[in-house]
Amino acid sequence: MITVGAGLLAEALREQAADAGAVAWRPPLAGTAQALARVLADPRRQAANELAVGRLTGARPYLAGVRRASELLRLPRDMFLHAGPPITWQRASGPMRGALIGAMLLEGYAPDERAAEQALASGDVLLEPCHGHAAVGPMAGVVSPSMWLFEVRDAEHGGVAYCSLNEGLGKVLRYGAYGPEVLERLRWMDMVLGPVLSAAVELAGPVDLRALMAQALQMGDELHNRNRAATSLLLRELAPAVVDAAPANASDVLRFIAGNDHFFLNAAMAAAKVSTDAARDVPGSSLVVAMARNGTDFGVQVSGLGSRWFTGPAGVPDGLFLGAYGPADANPDIGDSTITETSGLGGFAMAAAPAIVRFVGGEVADAMAATRSMYEITLAEHPAYQIPALGFRGTPVGIDVTLVARTGLLPVVNTGIAGRAAGTGQVGAGLVSPPAEAFTSALAALAS
Amino acid sequence: MGDVVFVRRGVYHDSVTLMRAGTGLPGAEVAVVAMATELNLGLARDLGFELPAADPGDLLVALRGEDVAGAAEELDRRLTAQAPVGAEAEQPPRTTRSAARSPADLVLVSVPGEHAFAEALDAVEAGLPVMIFSDGVAAEQERLLKERADERGVLVMGPDCGTAVIGGVGLGFANVLRPGPVGVVAASGTGAQQVTCLLDLAGVGVSHVLGVGGRDLSAEIGGRSTARALRMLDDDPATELIVLISKPPSPEVARTVREVAGTLRTPVVTALLGPGTDLTSATEHALRALGEPVPRWPSWHPAEAGGPYGGAGRTLAGVYSGGTLCAEAAMIAGRGEFTDYGDDAYTRGRAHPMIDPTLRLEALRRVPPEAVVLMDVVLGHGSDPDPAAALAPAIAAAEATVVIALIGTDGDPQGRRRQAEALRDAGASACRRG
Repeated sequence: MITVGAGLLAEALREQAADAGAVAWRPPLAGTAQALARVLADPRRQAANELAVGRLTGARPYLAGVRRASELLRLPRDMFLHAGPPITWQRASGPMRGALIGAMLLEGYAPDERAAEQALASGDVLLEPCHGHAAVGPMAGVVSPSMWLFEVRDAEHGGVAYCSLNEGLGKVLRYGAYGPEVLERLRWMDMVLGPVLSAAVELAGPVDLRALMAQALQMGDELHNRNRAATSLLLRELAPAVVDAAPANASDVLRFIAGNDHFFLNAAMAAAKVSTDAARDVPGSSLVVAMARNGTDFGVQVSGLGSRWFTGPAGVPDGLFLGAYGPADANPDIGDSTITETSGLGGFAMAAAPAIVRFVGGEVADAMAATRSMYEITLAEHPAYQIPALGFRGTPVGIDVTLVARTGLLPVVNTGIAGRAAGTGQVGAGLVSPPAEAFTSALAALAS
Repeated sequence: MGDVVFVRRGVYHDSVTLMRAGTGLPGAEVAVVAMATELNLGLARDLGFELPAADPGDLLVALRGEDVAGAAEELDRRLTAQAPVGAEAEQPPRTTRSAARSPADLVLVSVPGEHAFAEALDAVEAGLPVMIFSDGVAAEQERLLKERADERGVLVMGPDCGTAVIGGVGLGFANVLRPGPVGVVAASGTGAQQVTCLLDLAGVGVSHVLGVGGRDLSAEIGGRSTARALRMLDDDPATELIVLISKPPSPEVARTVREVAGTLRTPVVTALLGPGTDLTSATEHALRALGEPVPRWPSWHPAEAGGPYGGAGRTLAGVYSGGTLCAEAAMIAGRGEFTDYGDDAYTRGRAHPMIDPTLRLEALRRVPPEAVVLMDVVLGHGSDPDPAAALAPAIAAAEATVVIALIGTDGDPQGRRRQAEALRDAGASACRRG
C-alpha cells in the first residue's frame, strides 16, 4: 500500500501490520497549484509524454561526419551562434563577450579587440542561439563559420545535430579567452584537426555514439564533467583512420585529443541534442527538451510549447576552483552542455562517476543521492544508458515540468565554471542549481 | 512569561505531526505549531501573537510561557526525530507516481485537498485503486478522476472518504470489525462507521467497506464510484449482502444506482438517510435481511442522570466531528444549533476533529450552563488514541448536560467500554446514537 499525506494514517496501517510505503510529500512550488491542476488534467498529457520520452530514449545517435560550420549551417556572414536562450551584447556576461570578440578576430571581421567590441555593441552582428540551428555549444558556445562541427545523426528518427570541436581546458574561447594562444589553437583546429578528423570519420565509417556512451557510463564517466573514458573510446575508434588519412599530422592530432579528457563532451552534447530534438513538438507534452544558459539567463524549452524559451536568472556555480581562483571569480552559469542533463546524462548520471564526487559534496553517497533524486522528476529510465552501481538501472531521463513543480526538486547540473571577466578562461568546475521560475513559467504556459 | 514567534520558510509537516509535536511542550503554556494558513494565522492572532508575514507553505511556530527557548528546542527535537537522517538513508519517493514504481495494490491520499488531485491521478494512471481521504477537492477534479478511473477500471474512493475497510485492513478512520458477510458501499464515512459498529455489536461482521465520497451520488459526479463499488462487492464471494449508505441522491443518479443494483446477484439494502431512515434503522433493516436478531443497543449513564435530556426550553448544541452523525442528530432533534467540525471550513490546515480535539474543546467551553450538548466520539484506527483523556476534563468542567454518541467496537485500539466509562465518570451519557 502507498500512503501520501498524514503520517498518522500510515501509522494506523502499520499498526494493522499492513505493508505501507509512505511518500515524503511536500507542497508544490509556491504559486503552481492551479497551473499544475490544469496541466495534469489535460487529457493529452500522459500519452504525449510517453510518446515524447519514448522518442528521446529511442534515439540512436551516431557520428556521421566532421564538417565546417560554413558548410553545415550556412550562416550569413554577419551572424554568430551562441549558447543558451537569446541574448544581446548589452546583457551578455564577460565570458560570452570574450568569446564573441574572439570569434570576430578569428574570422577576420575585426582587426582588433576594440573594433570587435564596437561592431558587436552596434548590433551589426546578429546573435542567435545554437539551439535554433540544430546545434549546441559548450560554455559561451560561440559558433562562427570557420569552425568545424561534429555532425551527429539519429538513426531512429532521422534528425541531425551539430556541436563544435573541443579546444581543451584553461584559456580557451568557449570560456571567454581570446588571447593569441587561443586564436592560434583555433586556427590549427581549422587547418589541421578539422580536416583530419573529417577524413578519418569518412574512412572509419559512422561511430555508434549510443553504444559508446553506454560503455563510457560503465567506465566511470557521466559525460558532462567526466569524459575521460568516452574520449579514450573515441580515440581507439578513430586512431587507425587518423593515421591512414593524414600520416603527417596524425601524431599532432592524436596527441591533442589524448591530451584533453573533455574532447568527447562535444560529441556527447550533439548526441544529446539530436535525441532531445526527437522529442520536440508533441502537443500536450510537459517534457523538457532543452536546458541552456547564456551566462545571464538559464532557459528551458518544453516539448508541448514549441521553440519558446522560459528563463530565469542563471545561478553562480559552486565547486572546485583552479589555482588561486575562488567563488568571487565565477561567472553565472553558461553553456548548452546542460543538454546532457536534459537527456539523462551529466548530473543525472552522477552515480556512474564516483571519481568526480568532490564536485557534488565529496561522498560517493552524495553522487548516488543526486542520481536517485532525479528519478523523482523524470518520466523514464534510459534503456541503454545504465549505472552499474545502481544495479544497472537506466539513468533518469526526461524532465517533466509538472514533477519539478510538485517536488520542488530542480535538475542537478554539473558544469564547468567560467571566469567572470572577459578573457579569463576557465576558473573551476562544480554544481549549479537552475532557477525554479524557468520551470514554473513553462508550467504556467502549458496551463494557459 | 514571554512570546516567541518564528516562521520557517518552506518547511512542511502534515497537520497531525505538527499537532503532536506542539502538544505538551515543557515551558510553553500556549503553542501554535502549524502551517501558516489563513485559519492558523487567525488562530495565532486571536491568541494575541504578533505575526510576521508568512505563506501557507511556511511553518508557523508561536510559543508563550516560562521557558519558550526550551520549548522551541524541544519542538525542534521532536520534528527532526521524525525525519530520516544522513545521506545514506534510503530516499523515500516524493510523489505517488514515483512510489508506484514498487509493487502496490492501493493508494491512500490525505494531502491537503488542493493538492490531492495530482497524487490521486498518479494512482489512477498507474492502474491502482485510490482512497482520497482529503476533503476540499474541486468537484470538477473529482469528476475527471472518476472518468479516468473508469477508463482504467480502477476504483476511486472519495474525495472526502473518511473510512474504508478492505480485506480486514482499515483505511483512514476505521473501526476494528469482525469479518463477515456484509459489504458496505458508503457515501458517508461516519455513517458507514456507525452502521458497521452496530452490526459488529449485533455479532455480524463485514467483508469490505468501500467509501465513495459524499459527492459521488450528486448529479455532477453521477455515482460512478458507487456503481463500480457495487459491482466489485457483487464479484466478491465473501459478500452476501450489500448495504448502500447515502444521503438521498439526485433522481437521475438514483435511477442509475437502482439499475446497477438490479443487475447484481447479491441483495442490496439501500439506506437513504433522511426523515424516517437513520443509521440505526438502516442497520436493523440489514440485520433483518440477514435473518439476524436486533439486539438492545447499549448505553451508559452517570448515576445522577435521569433524562429526558431535551426538556422543553433547554438550548440544544451539537458539537460533532462526523457530518452524517451531525445531520442525523439535527434532523432528529429538529431544533438547536449543530456544528460539524469535520467540515472543510474547519479542517483547512489543521487535523480532523477526530484527531485534534482543540476546536471542539473550545466549543464545549462556550456552551451556556443550561444547555444540552450532543456530541459524537468516534473510535478506531486513525482517530485520537484516547479521546476521553481530553474530553473528560472538559465535560467535567462544563455545567451543561453532555450526551455522547460513541461510535466504536470492543476491538478498537481505544476500547469502547473503557472510553464509555471514562466519559460517563466525567458526567456524560454515552449511547449508541445522538
